[in-house]
Amino acid sequence: MSEYTWPNPETRPLLGKRISRVDGPVKVSGRAKYTFDYNPDGLLAGRILRCPHAHARITSIDTSAAEKMSGVKAVQIIQKPGTEVFWAGDEVVAVAAVDECTAEDALRAIKVQYEVLPHFVSDTEPPQNITASNGPISQDDFEDMEDNQVPDEQVVAAIKHQGISFHPDAKYLKELQESGADASVVQALRTAKYALPSGSKSPYKKTAVQTQGEPDKAFASAAATVEGLYGASAITHCCLESHGMAAEWTTDKDLLVHISTQNLSGIAPQIAEPAGIPAGNIQVMQQYIGGGFGSKFSPDRWGIASVQLSKTAGGKPVKIMLDRAAELEVAGMRPSAFARVKIAADNDGKLVAWESRSWGTGGMGGGGTPPLPYIFEIPNQRKQNVAISTNQGSARAWRAPNHPQAAAITMCAMEDLAAKLNLDPVEMLTRNLDLTGPREKIYRDELPIAAEMMEWKQNWHPRGDKTSGPVKRGLGMSIHTWGGRGHNSDCDLTIHPDGSVEIKMATQDLGTGARTIIIIVAADTLGIPMDNVKLLIGDSRYPISGASGGSTTSGGVTSSTRRAAVDARNQLFAKVAPALKAQPEDLEAVNATIRVRSDPSRTLSWKDACSRLGAMPMTVRGKNPDKSKPPDLTNSGVGGVQMADVSVDTETGIVRVNKMVAVQDCGLVVDVKTAESQVIGALIMGISYALYEEKILDPVTGRMLNPNMDFYRLAGIADIGELKVHMMTGKGYDERGVIGLSEPPVVSPGAAISNAVANAIGVRVPFLPLTPARVLEALESGRQV
Amino acid sequence: MKDDKKSPSDQHSGLTRRDFMKISGISAAVPLVLGPTVVHAAGEEIVVYGPGKIPIVLDVNGRKLISEVEPRVTLLEALRNSFDLTAAKSVCDRGTCGACTVLVDEKPVYACSVLAIEAQGKKITTVEGLTEGDSLTPIMQAFVDHDAQQCGFCTPGFIIATTHFLQEHPNATEDDIRRGLSGNFCRCGTYNGIRAVALAKSSAEKSGAA
Repeated sequence: MSEYTWPNPETRPLLGKRISRVDGPVKVSGRAKYTFDYNPDGLLAGRILRCPHAHARITSIDTSAAEKMSGVKAVQIIQKPGTEVFWAGDEVVAVAAVDECTAEDALRAIKVQYEVLPHFVSDTEPPQNITASNGPISQDDFEDMEDNQVPDEQVVAAIKHQGISFHPDAKYLKELQESGADASVVQALRTAKYALPSGSKSPYKKTAVQTQGEPDKAFASAAATVEGLYGASAITHCCLESHGMAAEWTTDKDLLVHISTQNLSGIAPQIAEPAGIPAGNIQVMQQYIGGGFGSKFSPDRWGIASVQLSKTAGGKPVKIMLDRAAELEVAGMRPSAFARVKIAADNDGKLVAWESRSWGTGGMGGGGTPPLPYIFEIPNQRKQNVAISTNQGSARAWRAPNHPQAAAITMCAMEDLAAKLNLDPVEMLTRNLDLTGPREKIYRDELPIAAEMMEWKQNWHPRGDKTSGPVKRGLGMSIHTWGGRGHNSDCDLTIHPDGSVEIKMATQDLGTGARTIIIIVAADTLGIPMDNVKLLIGDSRYPISGASGGSTTSGGVTSSTRRAAVDARNQLFAKVAPALKAQPEDLEAVNATIRVRSDPSRTLSWKDACSRLGAMPMTVRGKNPDKSKPPDLTNSGVGGVQMADVSVDTETGIVRVNKMVAVQDCGLVVDVKTAESQVIGALIMGISYALYEEKILDPVTGRMLNPNMDFYRLAGIADIGELKVHMMTGKGYDERGVIGLSEPPVVSPGAAISNAVANAIGVRVPFLPLTPARVLEALESGRQV
Repeated sequence: MKDDKKSPSDQHSGLTRRDFMKISGISAAVPLVLGPTVVHAAGEEIVVYGPGKIPIVLDVNGRKLISEVEPRVTLLEALRNSFDLTAAKSVCDRGTCGACTVLVDEKPVYACSVLAIEAQGKKITTVEGLTEGDSLTPIMQAFVDHDAQQCGFCTPGFIIATTHFLQEHPNATEDDIRRGLSGNFCRCGTYNGIRAVALAKSSAEKSGAA
C-alpha cells in the first residue's frame, strides 16, 4: 500500500465519521461575512440600469442628469447606443453613489431610448418542417454530425442537398481524412456547393439525426411500445445571496475584489484584461457564499462595471449586488428540455429500442442537448434535438447540467413502458441494469436498499390508486449518475514549531462542507484534533485550487490535502526519529503523539515533536493530480437510486411528497454528516423543481413574469415530507477514493416524483413542474398509457 | 427626535397610513431639511420626514444606535448599511423569504418591510444580539448539531424564527413546525435539519407526546 493511499477504516480516527461542519457556529451566529455583507468605510453603492425590452437596439443614452446629482460618484455606460440587446434585463448603464437611495435615484434620472425589435421566447414544440430553414451546413453543424457519428450516407446527402457555408481548405480536408472520416464525406465536402449562411432568423437549430443499430426493425418486432411526451421547464438558480462583486483600487495598479463566486482562483484572470492590469495585481477574496449551484463562475458584466466605477470614483470600493428580479431574470437559468419519446421492450421487459425528438431552450445560445436515453445504452436508437434560441438571459450550469432533464425524459418513459407491460418498475429496471455500463454493480447494490427503505414491495401498486376518495397515493423511482473527479488543487500545509497546523488553499466552501473535509483529512493524517488545524481559504493569494463546478471540489481538495499532510508527517518523523531512537518509517502519528509503532511507550507529544522543527515552521505543497505521488486519490462516476412516495389530490391537482429515499454512492465518504446533508438538500431542491419552480416568460413582452420569490416559488419547510438517506460505504466504495457529491442526488427527484404521480393517478403529467394546472389537465385528458 | 405634535400612540412611528394618505395629496414642495417638518393638510398638522436624511435612533440589541438615513430606508438597510449588523440578509426585496427576520418588540418581523424611522423606540433584536463573543444559544448549537445549515445565508433568519417559534410553542408538533416556520425560505435544502432542531427542542418531543 502506498503511503498516500487513504487509510483503512481501522486506522482513521476522523475520516468517514459523522462530524459537524466546522463553520456551523460562525454561520448560525450570524458572524459569517458574505460578499453581500462587505461594508468597508467609504463603500459606494453600485446599481445597474437594465433593458426593459426582450430585444431592442439602444438608440440613445443620456446620463447627464444622473452625473450632476449630488452623491453620484461614477456613471458607466455598459452597452453603447447602437448596440443590439438580446434579452430583457440586460445591463445598459451602471452607477455608483454614496448610498443605495441615491444610486436608485440616479438610475431613474438616466434616459435611454430603444428601437424595440421583435422577440421570441417560446420553447413550445418546434414545427416539424424546420430543416429547410436551416439552409447550408455550417462548419459547426458538420462537425456536430461527425462527432455524433451520423451515418456517412446521411452526411453526404445533407451536404449535397443543403450545400455548406464554410470553405474547407486542403489542410482541413486532409486532417479530416486522417481523423478517420469516410472518403465519401471528404469527397462530398470537396465538391459541395458553397452558399452564404442562411440569412433567415430561425430560432431553431436542429441536430442531425443520430442513429444506432436498427431502430425501425427493433420497434417492429418489440413486444411493447410506448409513445409519450416528457420534459422539464426552464428554472432559475435563485441563489439566496444574489450575484455580485465589490471592487476597489488600492493603488492605481492594484485591485482588491470581493465577489460571490464558485471560482475564487479563476476570477483574476477574467478581470485583468478589462481592468488593464496584470492578473497578479488583483487580489480576490471570499469567505462565505450564499449559494451558487453552477451560476457563479465569472465576474460577469456587473463585476467588470464595479471595477470601472471604482476607478472613476478614485478607487473607492464599489459594490454591486443584483436585486432579486435581476437575479432571477438574468443571473441563472437551467435550460428547458422536452421530448417526444418512443420506447420499446421485448417480452421480458428488456429495452430494445428508443426514439426521441427533443427540444428546449437555454436562452440566446440555444440549449444543451440532454444525454438521451439517460444511463441506459439501449441497443437501437434514433434521436434528434432542436435547440431553440430565445430572447432571455443565457443558461448557466445548473447542478448536474442536462442530467435532471434527461432523467425526467428517460425514467418517465421507462416507467410508462413498465406500466404497459404490467411490470413493477423496480423489476423492469433491474432486468435492464446490464445496459447501465460501468456502474451496474452499484445500482444492483443500491436498488434493494432503496426498496427496503421505501418498503416498496408492501406499498407499491400497479398504475392508478384504486382506493376510493379524491386523494391518490403512488410510488415512483429513478436512478442517476455523475462524474465528479477531483479538480486540480494545490495547497500549502505548514506545521509550526508550537504544534499548530495551517493550510492555505484558494478554494471556496459553497456550504457543501469543503472546509470540514479538508480539516478532517489533515487532522486524520497527522493524528491531531481538528481544532489544531487552521484552514485559510477564500483568498486568491493562496495556492490555486479549481472552481467548484461539476462536483469536483471534494475529490480535489481532499487529495491535495492528503498528499501534503502525508509529506509533512514524514518530514516530521524524520526530524524526531533520532529522539525516539527509531527509523522514521517505524513511526506513527496517533492521538496527538508521535510514537514507535512497535513500541508505543516510546512516544513524543505532538507539541513536543513539533518543537524539534527548530525556530522555523515547515511548509509542504500538496497537489492534485500528482502522478509522482500515487495512487490517484479521487475517481469518477457515481451511482444513485431515489424513490418517492406522493399523494395527489385529484380534485385540486395538488401534489404532496410524503416521503423520499435516496441511496447514494460517492466513493469514500469523508464526512457522513455533511454528505447526508448534501443529499437531503438535493432531495429538497428536487422537490422544489419537480413541483413548483418554473421561469415563466411572457410571449407578449418577452419578460419574465415571475422574477420574485412570491411567484417563483421555492419549496418550503411544509413541503418536504419525510426524507431518508443511505450513503454507500465500505468495501467496493471506500477504495475508489473521494468523488464529488453535489450534482448526482439532484438528478433523480423530478423523475421519481413524476413517476410516483403517474403511479398514483394512472396518467402521466408530461412536464415538470407538476403544478395543479398540469395535473388537472392530465387527469382531464385521461391520457392512459 | 422630539415631536410634541404627535399623539402618544404615534410616538414611535414615522407615519400612520392616515397621515400618508393626506401627504400624498400635498402639492407644495417639501424643503430639504434635517428632522421632521410639519405641514398643514386636510385641515390638520401632519409631521413629514425627509425627503433628505433625518437623524434616527434605534434600540438594537440593547444599545442605542444613531445614524442619519432617508425616511425611505428600511430597517434592514439601516441595520446592514448604517450599523454593519449584517446577520439579517437581503434576499427577496419584498417580504417573502424571511432571510431578514429580526425581533421587533419580541415579535419576528421581516426587517425589509419596516421603515427604519418606524422602528424607532422599539426593541430590536438581531441574531448578533442573541449571543456574546463566541458563545451559541442552545438553538444555535442544535442547528450545528443537526447540520441545519449549508451555505448559511438563510440561517440567521431561521435562527430568529425558530427561537421565537419555540418560545411561543414549547410543545410544538411536527405539524406546528410545518406551519410555524413556513415564513422562511432556504435554497440549499436545510429544512430537514431545521425540522429536527425544532422537534428536538420541543417539549412535546421530549415527553414523547409528539
